[in-house]
Amino acid sequence: MNIPKYKLKEFIISNSIAWILGVIWLIPFVGVLMASIRPYREIVGGWWHFSPFTITLKNFVGAFNHPMFPISEGLRNSLIIAIPSTITPLLVAALAAYAFARYSFPVKHYLFAFIVFLMALPQQMTIVPLYFLLRNFHLLNKFQGLILVHSAWGLAWIIFFMRNYFSMLPTDVEEAARIDGASDFKIFYKIVLPMALPGLISAAILQFTWVWSDFFLALVFLQNPEKYVATQRLPLLRGQYFVDWGILTAASIMVMLVPLLVYTLFQKYYISGMIGWSTEK
Amino acid sequence: MRKSKSLTPLFFLLPALILMVPFVIYPVFKTVYLSFFLDDKFVGLENYKNVLLSPDIVNLDRFPTNSPPWGALIHNVVWIAIHLPATVFLGLGIALLLRGKEIKGASVIKSIVFLGMVIPMIVGGLIIRFLFEEGAGVIPAIFKALGIEGLAITWTAYPKTALFAAILGSIWIWTGFSMLMYSAGLASIPKDYYEAALIDGANRFQIFKNVTWPLLKPITIVVVAMTLLWDLKIFDVVYVATGGGPGGASMVLALQMWDYFARALNYNYAAVVAVLLTTLTLIPALWLIRRRE
Repeated sequence: MNIPKYKLKEFIISNSIAWILGVIWLIPFVGVLMASIRPYREIVGGWWHFSPFTITLKNFVGAFNHPMFPISEGLRNSLIIAIPSTITPLLVAALAAYAFARYSFPVKHYLFAFIVFLMALPQQMTIVPLYFLLRNFHLLNKFQGLILVHSAWGLAWIIFFMRNYFSMLPTDVEEAARIDGASDFKIFYKIVLPMALPGLISAAILQFTWVWSDFFLALVFLQNPEKYVATQRLPLLRGQYFVDWGILTAASIMVMLVPLLVYTLFQKYYISGMIGWSTEK
Repeated sequence: MRKSKSLTPLFFLLPALILMVPFVIYPVFKTVYLSFFLDDKFVGLENYKNVLLSPDIVNLDRFPTNSPPWGALIHNVVWIAIHLPATVFLGLGIALLLRGKEIKGASVIKSIVFLGMVIPMIVGGLIIRFLFEEGAGVIPAIFKALGIEGLAITWTAYPKTALFAAILGSIWIWTGFSMLMYSAGLASIPKDYYEAALIDGANRFQIFKNVTWPLLKPITIVVVAMTLLWDLKIFDVVYVATGGGPGGASMVLALQMWDYFARALNYNYAAVVAVLLTTLTLIPALWLIRRRE
């Protein structure tokens, strides 16, 4: 690359600042990786001391098969909860979002403003009554109960997101199909849903990672240690007499691997989802 | 837009209503209701008075002269005062720095900064605790090397530092959001605007002040509102990094609500804190809704 001399100084300075920032942001992750693959005695005085440097998988095995709170069981539970908690609200919210995007009906604007309000609502505002509601219906400590709560909770933002997405789609194909006599519902699932697939993928990816990352709702509604999800087990893995950073960091890596993988594989959808749900077209 | 007197839109909305009414909408109203009762007896604003005057929420005897605990509400305010400007301007700064073609590996740096947004917050909180631990963590080691022994400690274990460890760590987690939003915003500004300003002889600072910053205003509104919401709702990070301690020195509203609910089993006080928290989130939320009109 040819850089004019007068710009060289600027080039070096801006690149240095950028990379120093990058390294600062990366260091915590390097520390986690170091602590997870080395024995406790090597990192207790600081993982940045590199001699001796022993690589071991003991921490990962220890966290995966932890005697009290095995992460393996947590990962399984998280998956069992996250998959239906993604599919259910996605389908339900897409239907509702279509009504907001294409029909006019009484109280529509108030209802939509209410949906936006629900997006901002803290989960704390619902958990006391929900706790008793789920208990009365014998859904406490059950995956189904938490799945229902997650599904209902995901609706507001997915409705908002999909309504914006539907509003951007051209309507001429829908109009043509209507003239040909197709029913509203048929138009929705034969024409609109396939056209909205990128939006649906973005919504699914974000909802999945958020449910996977949830800690608070699981903490409230799952109290039986066997049912604990992966995030719930993390704080419980500290050693008895000291904080065992080896086990904790190895478990952290296993728990964050799933959202990291989803982000890496679907980066385009993830980013456009992130931007789309908080801004408006 | 189809005007329809038929019931079609209702059919589309029905499944959502069936899920939301019992699991979101009813609990919201029931929580408001609970906040006015104590042991099934209506007490009016008595709970609000007791909670707001309790040192758990606002502790003016200690704020600001003594070290925390200052009360959960004040901790949230301190959180916003530090975290909001720090993440907004850091994110904007990084987005501006990485915008040009001259930074080698700009997309890699962006991905690294954004990682904090991808990982579960409970993992983020654990990493914060690790970062600030004496011996194993980087931050106390840096202060030790600098000869500042007072900060070469396990930050999460002392009242004077616990809250600030959580706040500083959360800057690391959340800056990726503002960086992402500003990057997208910058990319949408047409190049002609800059060229026109250059022809008019504007310098870099003038271009930023008169072209870039005003055009980014819609982005800034979203970033500020979302960051306010995040700061008010902060829970996981504090739960795992400090547990709200020591002695409530890093307690925040969302965690205080859970504390009343799960530890003290005082559902009415828990409801009061929830209502308080929701009222505070209404400020940024209404701001966003109004912007839509």
